[in-house]
Amino acid sequence: MIGLALLLGAALGYAALKFKVEGDPLIARIDAILPQTQCGQCGFPGCKPYATAIAEGRADINQCPPGGDAGVRALADLMGMEYKPLNAENGVEKPKAVAFIDEPVCIGCTLCIQACPVDAILGAAKHMHTIITSECTGCELCVAPCPVDCITMVPIAETPDNWKWRYPVIPIKPTFTL
Amino acid sequence: MNRSPYISDAPSVSTMMLKVLLALVPGIIAYVWIFGGGILVTIALSAATALAAEAAMLKIRRRPIVPFLSDYSAVITAWLLALAIPPLAPWWLVVVGTLFAIIIAKQLYGGLGYNPFNPAMIGYAVLLISFPVLMTKWPAALQLAQTKLGFIDQLQFIFDGTLPLEAKLDAVTSATPLDYLKTQLTLKHEIAGIKEAPIFGALGAKGGEYVTIAYLLGGLYLWQQKIISWHFPTAFLGALALISGVFWIVNPAHFASPIFHLFSGASMLCAFFIITDPVSGPTTPKGKLWFAAGVALITYLVRVYGGYPDGVAFAVIFMNICVPLIDAYTQPRVFGHKK
Amino acid sequence: MNALVNFTGLLKKTGIFKFNGGVHPPENKAQSTQLPIGQLALPEKIVLPLRQHVGNIPKIKVAVGEQVLKGQLIAEAEGAVSAAIHATTSGTVSAIEDAIIPHPSGLPDRCITIKPDGKDEWIEKKPQDWKSTDRKSVVASLRLSGIVGLGGATFPTHIKLRSDGKSGVHTLIINAAECEPYITCDDLLMRERADEIVKGIEIAQYLLGAERVLIGIEDNKREAAASMRAATANTTMQVIVVPTLYPSGDARRLVHLVLGTEIPHDKRTTEMGLQVFNVATVLALYRYFEHGEPSINRIVSMTGNVNKPQNFEVLFGTPLQHLVAAAGGAKAETTHYIMGGPMMGFDLPSENVPITKAANCVIAASPTLFEPPPPAMPCIRCARCADACPVNLQPQELYWFAKADNFEKANDYKLFDCIECGACSYVCPSNIPLVQYYRYAKSEIIAIDKAHEAANLARERNDFRLARIEREKLERAQKHAERAAAQKEEAAKKASENLNNDALEPNIHAGSGNVVLDAATAKKAAIAAAIERAKAAKAAAAQTGDAPKNVVVSDENVKKEIAEIDARRQSVGLEKLPVDAGIDKEKQAKIAAAIERAKAAKAAAEAAKQIEKNS
Repeated sequence: MIGLALLLGAALGYAALKFKVEGDPLIARIDAILPQTQCGQCGFPGCKPYATAIAEGRADINQCPPGGDAGVRALADLMGMEYKPLNAENGVEKPKAVAFIDEPVCIGCTLCIQACPVDAILGAAKHMHTIITSECTGCELCVAPCPVDCITMVPIAETPDNWKWRYPVIPIKPTFTL
Repeated sequence: MNRSPYISDAPSVSTMMLKVLLALVPGIIAYVWIFGGGILVTIALSAATALAAEAAMLKIRRRPIVPFLSDYSAVITAWLLALAIPPLAPWWLVVVGTLFAIIIAKQLYGGLGYNPFNPAMIGYAVLLISFPVLMTKWPAALQLAQTKLGFIDQLQFIFDGTLPLEAKLDAVTSATPLDYLKTQLTLKHEIAGIKEAPIFGALGAKGGEYVTIAYLLGGLYLWQQKIISWHFPTAFLGALALISGVFWIVNPAHFASPIFHLFSGASMLCAFFIITDPVSGPTTPKGKLWFAAGVALITYLVRVYGGYPDGVAFAVIFMNICVPLIDAYTQPRVFGHKK
Repeated sequence: MNALVNFTGLLKKTGIFKFNGGVHPPENKAQSTQLPIGQLALPEKIVLPLRQHVGNIPKIKVAVGEQVLKGQLIAEAEGAVSAAIHATTSGTVSAIEDAIIPHPSGLPDRCITIKPDGKDEWIEKKPQDWKSTDRKSVVASLRLSGIVGLGGATFPTHIKLRSDGKSGVHTLIINAAECEPYITCDDLLMRERADEIVKGIEIAQYLLGAERVLIGIEDNKREAAASMRAATANTTMQVIVVPTLYPSGDARRLVHLVLGTEIPHDKRTTEMGLQVFNVATVLALYRYFEHGEPSINRIVSMTGNVNKPQNFEVLFGTPLQHLVAAAGGAKAETTHYIMGGPMMGFDLPSENVPITKAANCVIAASPTLFEPPPPAMPCIRCARCADACPVNLQPQELYWFAKADNFEKANDYKLFDCIECGACSYVCPSNIPLVQYYRYAKSEIIAIDKAHEAANLARERNDFRLARIEREKLERAQKHAERAAAQKEEAAKKASENLNNDALEPNIHAGSGNVVLDAATAKKAAIAAAIERAKAAKAAAAQTGDAPKNVVVSDENVKKEIAEIDARRQSVGLEKLPVDAGIDKEKQAKIAAAIERAKAAKAAAEAAKQIEKNS
């Protein structure tokens, strides 16, 4: 009996070492669902802090407008929670957009550069700034600080590149109904 | 926009179902010849009930009625049920069974394409469990019956439950061979002796065996028309023959021959018309084989060891439950993938 | 079965190895094979979309108003997977703008429009002696040819030939199956130009170093097969006639048919020592090397509801109406045009679209030719689709998953192995547009993956930024501490030198604090001033439209600001404007240099990323 206990104990101990999990995978898994816009609309200074807050139960799952409805559903799934619609206080789901700097108006103040959470704005003091479109997450954080209002959010247009096939809509048409 | 392929070459669902109905016709003709015209009334009654129930349910579910009624799937359910229950069953038995099949087993699950169980078999099983006496009271084949009932007499019996004055119920009904075999075996009689009874024919039941042969012919037509795949009947009949064959070789005095099992009861109807229902069956080639073999095994076990003379309905329902599992484990190898 | 095997010389035995399923749609090929390949008059305009192949959009090398000659490179391949585009006739570049392209989306895309001058004057042709030049440079020159797979996949050909020698391609398979109904362009090409095709095959064979060449032709093209046999009579090439069965023209299906080799889903044909080329593609190779002609035209089957269905040799960029007119015009009832065949084609958004490299066939559609599909019924799980699927998928399961947006399951059931051949929809008794569901699910999955990639990039960049801010903070603190320590030491030294000046130390500290403070105020003030100026500029712009420099500005600072902005704009080549204020030339140069540096840094970063990705 003691032998068995020792054996099982050893097996468990080995398993604990072998399958040791580094860090808190839950935060990483939540973070993987979040869109990484880093916009702060959730009330936290970025996606990771929000993920941490969800994991610790300090935040709800419906505070991320860029993640949208699908994001809330994915989070509800992961957390084993009931789905709930987006909290309107945090904002509404919008089509994805990128920032655009009206370059002739830009005064080169670097305020937007400091605001950008992903370093997607290129420029130096007193030099025109420009957005690296491919890296812009559309967080809108650069819009407010601009003292001359030269930054606008431009929705991403549909091109043959990003165009998607539509869900087929073929209704079952009655020839006539009784 | 952009609906390629722009061309199609497929029989419509209606055409496929109509061909199934057509394939049942030889069986029905044989049936009328053996048991009299009463079955035609049962079939008509069942079909009318099925269509009415389907229409009502579609209306309640706010689905278009005409396209779904004209797929004829309800009629197939009705015909199969009518052919499965005793031909002189009272009219209300037919109606109750059909209503249960269409309303509960089909429409409440979402209608065509969504029913996990074979509706006809659900209807049959419900009747068998609820009204076991009526469901096992088969008329004797006309050539055997002491009193022969005419078409009018049969009609009267179905709707009224009354027989002509001179006739007695025992005189028009008899046990089916499967039933008789079972009771006689429990009385420790041997197969050879039991088979001496007049109800036995060369293959299965006297008279009834011709109906099963007609089903076989209809089934071959369906296979030739590519409405059903060869997997179902081959695996079902093969497995049934194999299992009964093993038992029969081991102890021929106690177990009936494979030929008897193949041509008795609902074997042929099951092989070509019941397990071939695509909606409630598996879709992979291997899955079809396993499914049909499973039905055969359970049918045999119920026939030999169960409490009912035939086990097709229970076997089909049980295997229906297993379909998602069967499908998941029998996925064929995709081109360019290892298993 | 016409499982005929053609033996020529002392070759290995081959057979026909069937794949699962397949369908036999009505061929409808006879209509467009009555007439030989026709030639077209020059159209009034040539519209060349930049997106004519798989891969990156090529880089435009011409400007509006420029004269171009036939065969002149007007857009060059950009990045690894890309193809060049050439002027298909001589004339003037009249526009570079977005126009409707033949694409299922119906969306406009960047096109170069050429107004032909009618002379159709060739640029100097440079045929190459491919046999005596080394393979590497021959293949490298292919990048300039603009040749892409003309079977419809439009994969740049120079990539398929790139890994010369090392690839160990032993067998070259020429895809001449042309299995889709209506399409006859390859058929006619083989009937009329078999000799040139064979010369093209020789080039491809040489470049790949392939020992064996198999030419797969469906048995419904007897004439083409006969003419190919005649042309290959003195070679070691083998013509293999395969049974007519759609989709035997799919590359992986054809490889299986002629060799029995099943290419693993995660491998390319090259990795298996095989390469597949379409007949039209090898012909383009011949024209490029032997005649110095880049890819400027192709054979297009113009068929369906037109008066005279025929195959034409069409310059890329020719508007579709021009082609329709050449085929005798569209008959009454024609509703729209389909590019490709009836199994895999798509609706063209207008009659105005240009013919591109992918256009093997255009069908004029009418309700009689292609009946509108009856309403879809629920799936009855009859598995006819599974029986017809050439990839041996379970289309009925994929349909459920795609319909329910269950993309993970769809992936598990190998959605991405689907070749969208349409065989499943073709046999579906419930008329379910199965392929539509698969296309939908695929593009959703791709979009989700892309979004995921973008999110990962954003996460990385955000993490990096946070780390950088943290590091800078530390560095600043350290500097502060160092400076403070140094000052302290200095003070201590001074104090020790001059004990009488004890009181100085705190002053120094106060002083340095003031300096920092002053700098901050100054910066703030500068920003405020800049804001004022920008506001003024914006207001001015609002008043006079978009020409702020015409506004009379009194403030010297504003003038200077404008000058600087102009300088910047000029240096990036945005506009060339007359500058009214004096510009510091030196500064301009500096800015330009800085921009160059930034560009170089970005390119380097990009390259580094690429390398990382590849490794």
